[in-house]
Amino acid sequence: MNKKRRLRVLVAKPGLDGHDRGARIIARAYRDAGFEVVYTGLHQTPEEIVQAAIQEDVDMIGLSSLAGAHMYLFPRVVELLKERGAHDIVVCGGGIFPEEDIPKLKKAGIKEIFTPGTPLTEVVAWVEQNVEARR
Amino acid sequence: MSIAEKIVAGDIRAAARLIRDIDDMLPEARETLKDLYPFTGKAYVVGITGAPGVGKSTLVDQLITHLRKAGKTVGVLAVDPTSPFSGGAILGDRVRMQRHSMDEGVFIRSMATRGAFGGLTQSTRSAIDVLDAMGKDCILVETVGVGQDEIDIVQSADTTLIVLVPGMGDDIQALKAGILEVGDLFIVNKADREGVDRTVNDLRLMIEMDEKRYKNGWKPPILTVQAVFDKGVKEIIDEIEKHAAHVRSSSERRSKARYEKVRNGLSEMIKDRIIHEVLSDLVESGEFETSLQLVLDKKIDPYTACDNIISKRFRHGNK
Repeated sequence: MNKKRRLRVLVAKPGLDGHDRGARIIARAYRDAGFEVVYTGLHQTPEEIVQAAIQEDVDMIGLSSLAGAHMYLFPRVVELLKERGAHDIVVCGGGIFPEEDIPKLKKAGIKEIFTPGTPLTEVVAWVEQNVEARR
Repeated sequence: MSIAEKIVAGDIRAAARLIRDIDDMLPEARETLKDLYPFTGKAYVVGITGAPGVGKSTLVDQLITHLRKAGKTVGVLAVDPTSPFSGGAILGDRVRMQRHSMDEGVFIRSMATRGAFGGLTQSTRSAIDVLDAMGKDCILVETVGVGQDEIDIVQSADTTLIVLVPGMGDDIQALKAGILEVGDLFIVNKADREGVDRTVNDLRLMIEMDEKRYKNGWKPPILTVQAVFDKGVKEIIDEIEKHAAHVRSSSERRSKARYEKVRNGLSEMIKDRIIHEVLSDLVESGEFETSLQLVLDKKIDPYTACDNIISKRFRHGNK
């Protein structure tokens, strides 16, 4: 019937920041785009996020951070994925970041960074173009 | 190592990927399931069902804690609905269980109900087999709200919990048909709320009126619980064990339970496969579109269109 695989993504809030409005809106936009979105809730450690991503066999992890600890948390997720042999899972991030951090995050393996004001359509289109449902 | 061997050895990634392949209906997944089947049948499967918002995920979270304390490994399948409009889904049951994610003895998987053409039942059933073959001692299957499909799923459980909350008197009436056949334990959650006695009494009356239909001679107990505060959860585990012992203690009951489970599994599998194969063929060959256009143009009626489709594929289709 439908031979196309459905994209599965994980939306996660790493660290101690308690603001998940943005993450929920992104999750909703992904759902409306036809993705299966696993939402893990607040206060997740990078270890928990990676374990959930593997158990859920997602194609992408979307990390949301508004509290400033992204320079540790985001690269740590990428690192753990590598350790677990799951580096094929794409990682992207959204939230508030100092401009100079963005190239550093990308260098650490975060494939794209979205900042406030990005239209939802753009976020969804990026995923559709850059993330492939597994082979 | 083959995929099946990896899964039997407990490889999380291999199991996770197989469940995805099952969901996406890849034919290769079926081959792996055949290899896994000899390793299934050891896990104890508990179905948890009830209306949305009654606290199923929270209850599952607490059950995991108790089962882990008792030294059992746990697999969880949590099903959430697919949007009929976009085909997407938000799978949020994990939020309540995430504290167990670092526990190697726990495997949690969220599943979406997927399309209108079935598949929920079958892919969840197959996912149960995967977790079973992985060696999980206990598998908790949390369904979406109560409905026909969910009742199908709980038929493949060894013990089924029906979760309710106080103040659902009329809903109990609505659920009455069929509910006794599937419920082995009735859980009244959020028992600190008003109306808990009334709900328990309604349930008790209903259960006692239906004595003849007790599944395998088991009278379903009613438990009042406050899952979020872990009150009454240990008692649920005790009752599940009692139920298991009740079925196990008689060879007649044991073989009846097994017969029902296997029979149901096979018949659902056949049904699902027929629907899938016929519909794929219809859609891919363009025959569905052609028939639809004929009906839209009022050239033929839908009954004739259906007869034509069926008689082409099944020998006795026009009977």
